[in-house]
Amino acid sequence: MTALDEVQVKDGVDQDTVDAVSALSGNYKYGWETEIEMEYAPKGVNTDIVKLISGKNNEPEWMTEWRLSAFERWQGLEEPTWAMVNYPDIDFQDIYYYARPKSMEEKPKSLDDVDPKLLETYKKLGIPLKEQAILAGVEGADAPPAEGRKVAVDAVFDSVSVGTTFQKELAAAGVIFCSISEAIVNHPELVKKYLGTVVPPSDNFYATLNSAVFSDGSFVYIPPGVRCPMELSTYFRINAENTGQFERTLIIADKGSYVSYLEGCTAPKRDTAQLHAAVVEIIIEEDAEVKYSTVQNWYPGDENGKGGIYNFVTKRADCRGDRSKVMWTQVETGSAVTWKYPSCILRGDDSQGEFYSIAIANNHQQADTGTKMIHLGKNTKSRIVSKGISAGVAQNTYRGLVSMHPKAKNSRNYTQCDSLLIGDKCGAHTVPYIEVKNNSSRVEHEATTSKIDDDQMFYCRSRGMDEEEAVALIVNGFAKEVLQALPMEFAMEAQALVAISLEGSVG
Amino acid sequence: MALPQIKADATKDRLIGMAMPACGAWATTARQDALNRLIAMGLPHKRDEYWRYTDPALLVGAEVSPSEALRTDTPIFMDKDKVRLIFVDGVFDADASDDPTLEGVEITRLVDAQAADVHWAQGLYGQLETAGQNPVDRPLAIMNTAFATDGVCLHVTGKPSKPLHISYRQSSDASDVVLHHVVKLDAGTELTLLETGTPGARSNVVLEVDVADNATLHHVRPQGRAHNRAVATHLFARVGTEATLKSFTLAMNGKMTRNEFVADIIGDDAVVHVGGVCVGDGKDFHHDDTVFITHDALNGESRQVFKKVLRNAATGVFQGKILVKAGAQKTDGYQISQSLLLDEDAQFLAKPELEIYADDVACSHGSTTGAIDETALFYLRSRGVPEQQATTLLTLAFLAEALDEIADEALAEELRDRLEGWLARHG
Repeated sequence: MTALDEVQVKDGVDQDTVDAVSALSGNYKYGWETEIEMEYAPKGVNTDIVKLISGKNNEPEWMTEWRLSAFERWQGLEEPTWAMVNYPDIDFQDIYYYARPKSMEEKPKSLDDVDPKLLETYKKLGIPLKEQAILAGVEGADAPPAEGRKVAVDAVFDSVSVGTTFQKELAAAGVIFCSISEAIVNHPELVKKYLGTVVPPSDNFYATLNSAVFSDGSFVYIPPGVRCPMELSTYFRINAENTGQFERTLIIADKGSYVSYLEGCTAPKRDTAQLHAAVVEIIIEEDAEVKYSTVQNWYPGDENGKGGIYNFVTKRADCRGDRSKVMWTQVETGSAVTWKYPSCILRGDDSQGEFYSIAIANNHQQADTGTKMIHLGKNTKSRIVSKGISAGVAQNTYRGLVSMHPKAKNSRNYTQCDSLLIGDKCGAHTVPYIEVKNNSSRVEHEATTSKIDDDQMFYCRSRGMDEEEAVALIVNGFAKEVLQALPMEFAMEAQALVAISLEGSVG
Repeated sequence: MALPQIKADATKDRLIGMAMPACGAWATTARQDALNRLIAMGLPHKRDEYWRYTDPALLVGAEVSPSEALRTDTPIFMDKDKVRLIFVDGVFDADASDDPTLEGVEITRLVDAQAADVHWAQGLYGQLETAGQNPVDRPLAIMNTAFATDGVCLHVTGKPSKPLHISYRQSSDASDVVLHHVVKLDAGTELTLLETGTPGARSNVVLEVDVADNATLHHVRPQGRAHNRAVATHLFARVGTEATLKSFTLAMNGKMTRNEFVADIIGDDAVVHVGGVCVGDGKDFHHDDTVFITHDALNGESRQVFKKVLRNAATGVFQGKILVKAGAQKTDGYQISQSLLLDEDAQFLAKPELEIYADDVACSHGSTTGAIDETALFYLRSRGVPEQQATTLLTLAFLAEALDEIADEALAEELRDRLEGWLARHG
C-alpha cells in the first residue's frame, strides 16, 4: 500500500490536497484490495451455477425458473459487436459468478453484526455505513448543513449486499429500500410484478446473462405520494480477483412519489480485466419523479491498458404514468471499456426524460455510451446533454437514439453532444440515430468537436495557472452543464474526478 | 465475418442470367474483380446497418418495378450553352446528342474506352469505387462496376468554355439501366458537369471522379421527375491539394432514391461541398442521402447541407458521416440535415455521424425536424399573404441554405423556380 492511501484515511486532512497529490502521482485512489476470506462458487457458468446463486439467496422457485429460462436463452445469443470498442474475447467460463465474504454466510441482522473489515472498506472508500448524517464527499469541506443531510446506503461487496442503512427510518415513511435478494424473499409480489418488465430477460446479451446470474443489487419502492425523506444510494465494490459482478437494481416510484438515487462504484487495481454487467430497471408511475445519478469510477486499467473493468450495463427507465419524470446523470471516468446507454421510455403523456453525461476516457480507455429516448406518449419531452472528453489514446463514442413515434404528438427533443480531444492520439465519435414519425414533434440535434481553445488557455496561463490547472478549469467549464445536474454530494466528487482523469494528458 | 448463407444465396440467385459486356483485357479484369467482390460481400439487405432506414428490395430485386416513361425530355438549363450527351434507356444516343467535342475535355464513350487495350480510364474505373468500400459496404456500386453497359469517360485537360451535360431519357416503362461514368480532372483544370433526367424505370448510376491538385468540379444533378422510378447513385471522389468539388442534387419525384456520396480528401487545403434538396409527396416517396466524407489531409474543408420537405407519408433519410483521420489537423467539417414535415404522417430518419481522430479540428453537425413555424406563418398571414403562398415562401426560405451550395447563380435560380412550381402544385 502506498503512502497516499494512508494519508487518505486520516481525518482532518484537506481532501483537495490529497486529491491533488494523488492526481499528480497518477494513482487510482480506490485501487487497494481488502484482505478478507472469500467463498466462491466454482468458476464458469452453467445451470448448476444459476441454481447455486438462486439457492444462496434462498429464492422461491419462480425466481429460479426465471433465471434458468434466461440462461437458456443466453446460450443462444452472441455478443454484440456494433459498439466502437475493441477488447480481447471474454472467456465467460473463466469467471467466478459468485463470491461473497465468508463472514456473510449468516446474514447479519444489523449493521453492528457486519464484519468490521467490510465496514472499514467502505469507510476507506468514503462511504460510512455507520448511520451518519453526511456523505464523505462533503466531509472536510465546509461545515455540514445544520440538520445534516441524510443518505441511506446499500453497500454491495462482490456478489452480496453487506448492509443497508437507515432502513427503519425509511420504513416509517413507507419506503422499501433493501437488497434485491431480500426483496425477492420479503416482497415477492412487487418483484414479480415489476422485475424484467423494463429490461426483459431477452433484451440483449449482457442483460440476459445478468438475468440468469445476478447475485444481488438494490431494491427501492416508494409508495404513492411519498417524497423519499433522504437520498438513497448504492455503493458497488468489486474486490475479489477474476470475479464478475452482476447486480440488478429495481426502482419503483409509485404515483406521485419522488426519489433521488445515487450510485457509486470502484474496484482494486488488477492486471486482468474484470467483467461488470449490471441491469437497472426503473418504473415511474403517474406524476412520480426519479433522479438517478452515477459516478462510475471502476478501475480503468493502467496507463498501458492492462487490466480494468469491462462495464457492460443496461439501464432503462419506463415513464409509465402521465407526467412522470426521470433524470439520468452520469459521470463516467472509470472502466477500461464502457458500454452503457441509460434510456427513457416516455410512455405516459407529458412525461419527461433527461440525460446528462460526462464521459472521460484517458490512456487506453474506451467508452461507447449515450442514451435512448423513446417517445410514445403525447407532449413528451426529452433533453440530452452529453460531454465526451478523450485523452491519451482513448476512444470516446456518443451513441444515442431519439425516436418519435407517430402517436407522440407535440413532443420535443433537444440533444447536444460535444467532444473534447486532448492530444492527437485519441478519438471522439458521435453516432446519433434520429427517427421522427410525426410532424408536430420537434427534434434538434447538435454536436461539436473541438480542442481546448488556445485563447482560453493563454488567458488562464497569463493569470498564473499552470497548464494542468488551466486544462482542468476549462474542462470543468465545458462540463459545467452536466456537473450542475448532479446532487450536491456528487458535484464535489465529480469536479475532483474531472481534474484527476485528465491528469498527465497535456504536453 | 463470414457472409450469412441467406445473403450468399440471394446474391447467387440474383446473378443468374446477368452477363458482363465483352470488353478489352483491362476492363474485363476490373469487372471480374468486381464480380468476385460482390459475391464475397453479398447484395444489401434491410437488416444491414446502412440499410436500416431504406429497404433495398426495389433496387436489388430481379424484377424491375415498372415506371411510366415521360415521353418528353425535361426542359432544363435551356438557357445555358452546353454540350449535351444523351442516354436513352441507358444507351448513348449519338444522333440526339450534340457533337461530343469540347475544347479542354476528351470525351470517350465507356464502351469504346473499355474495348481498347489501353485507356487512361483503367486507372480509375472501379478503383475509386473499390476504395470507397472501406469501411462501409456499397454492394450496389460493385454490381455496377461489374455490369455497367454504358457511360462516358471525361478527361479534363483545361477549362472548357461551357458545361458538359449528361442528359437521361427513359423510353421504356421497364428499362433497367446500369451506367458508369469516369471523370478525371488534371491539375489546375475546371469543369461544370450537369446530370439530368431519369435514366430508366430502375437505374444504377456510378460516377467516379478524380479531382487533381488545384482542379475544380461543379456537379449539379436534378434527378428525373418520373413518379415511379427507382434509382441508386454513387459518386466516388478523390480530391487533391487545393482542389474543389461541389456537388448538388435535387430530387422532386420518384418512388425510391438512394444517393450515396463518398469523398476522400487526400490533398491539403481541399474543399468538398455536397448539398441536396428533396421534396416528396405521398407514401410512395422514399429518398435517402448517404454521405461519407473522409479527411486525410491538412486544412480540409467539408460541408454537407441536406434539406428535405416531406408530406403525405413521404419518407426522408439522411445518413451522413465525417471521418477525420489521425493527422488531418485543422479540418473544418460541417454537416447539417434538416427536414420540414408538412403534415402528420411524413417521417424523417437520420444518422448524422462524426468519427474523429485528430484534436485540432472543428467539426459540427446538426439535425432538426419539425413542422412549419406557426409564428412565422401567422406573421405572413397577418400581413395579407394567403396561406399557401406563405407556406411556399417559408419552405423556400428553409431550402435556401442548400441551394446556396450551387456556385452558378443562374442554375440555382432555375432549380429554385422548379421547386416553387412543385410546391404550388403540391400545396
